[in-house]
Amino acid sequence: MHQVQSVPAEPAPSAPAAKLGRAIVLTSGKGGVGKTTTTANLGTALAARGARVVLVDADIGLRNLDIVLGLESRVKHHLLDVLEERAGVDDALVSDKHSENLFLLAAAQSREKDEVETEKMQALIAALRERFDYVLIDCPAGIELGFRNAVAGADEAIVICTPEVSAVRDVDRVVGLLGNRFRPQLIVNRLRPAMVRKGKMLSVEDVNAILRLPLLGVIVDEPQIIVTTNRGEPLALQRESSTGAAYHAIAARVAGEDVPAPMPPVAKSSILERLGSIFGGKRA
Amino acid sequence: MIEFLKRLFGQPSSSATAKERLRLVLMTDHLELAPEMIEKMKHDLVDVISRFVEVDRERIEVSFERQDRTLAMLANIPIVAVNRPNGTGTNGNGTATTGAVKEEPAVPAASTPGATAATPPVRKRRRKKKAQAKAAAPAGAAAQ
Repeated sequence: MHQVQSVPAEPAPSAPAAKLGRAIVLTSGKGGVGKTTTTANLGTALAARGARVVLVDADIGLRNLDIVLGLESRVKHHLLDVLEERAGVDDALVSDKHSENLFLLAAAQSREKDEVETEKMQALIAALRERFDYVLIDCPAGIELGFRNAVAGADEAIVICTPEVSAVRDVDRVVGLLGNRFRPQLIVNRLRPAMVRKGKMLSVEDVNAILRLPLLGVIVDEPQIIVTTNRGEPLALQRESSTGAAYHAIAARVAGEDVPAPMPPVAKSSILERLGSIFGGKRA
Repeated sequence: MIEFLKRLFGQPSSSATAKERLRLVLMTDHLELAPEMIEKMKHDLVDVISRFVEVDRERIEVSFERQDRTLAMLANIPIVAVNRPNGTGTNGNGTATTGAVKEEPAVPAASTPGATAATPPVRKRRRKKKAQAKAAAPAGAAAQ
């Protein structure tokens, strides 16, 4: 809802820097919940809307975003090369295979997270905001220096949470660390609607009863994500697939469009399941 | 079918278990992350109790304990003297103190049912804050 307010405000008078892009960090605390995949797909979807987008892989030492985007062979310089002035930003930016509006700034693979100087990272993100509409920062797992550096230059946050106790707990912690400045919004990732119906997985409502964040959307756990990652072609390129469409809907919401948050299809429960929930109380 | 039978016999679904575990673990986390809130609560608690009995502020212990499905606040508040039922003065003498020490175990015992009831408000308070001010206080506290 903050988005809705902030976006129309951007082209409006706002005195000093009229067209600064938005720097959004994608974070979760816990690893393996899909931050990188979400960054790649959201970036692809935002670029498809015509926005100029740069994806910054801040996971120094564990470079992955290039793989998900299928750009690994094009990376010549990385984030630390730029921060340490061995390469200019333009030398390091890798253009995407599918969209001319989409660029990647890869992480360094052979370095460590605490080799990044927070002020330099802030300055770089600030410089990128002058050139791009969106700077999406793929945050490393954890809440140490790598997290702080990734967050330093951002002014908004998207938190990725899977419907698991540990993931929700970590997101809760991260949201506490972020504070109010980042106006965090939530993407629930890897939801399995059938398991939710059977009472075997936390529902989106369960997760957000705890987190209480503005919900950008829900991404269903689907095997196709693995296939597209194998190929290095984000699922958001397939707009006709339901998950691809969900990424586009999330992108539209990020851009401030008033579209409903993508939710998993509400499949009808079987008679047996309904009986089960009658006898078992409200446990579904 | 097994699932159906399990539900029929009242075994909670695994998502219900997850929800319950999450609720408890987060309450514990939030308490751990907000020591100054506990200090303030301790302070206010003593202020209220002090209207009725004289307590030893230095030796107050407040702790939180997981009890099956709830989080309980346990307070051990040594009483130094008890006010006269109708009077205003306190009975601060040696005998009263020893008597109070004997009463000590009774205090946490008596506080337990009350504390169980007191747990939801702690949680509610945070939720309310979060809903209204977007977690201004807990977020700020956690950021430190």
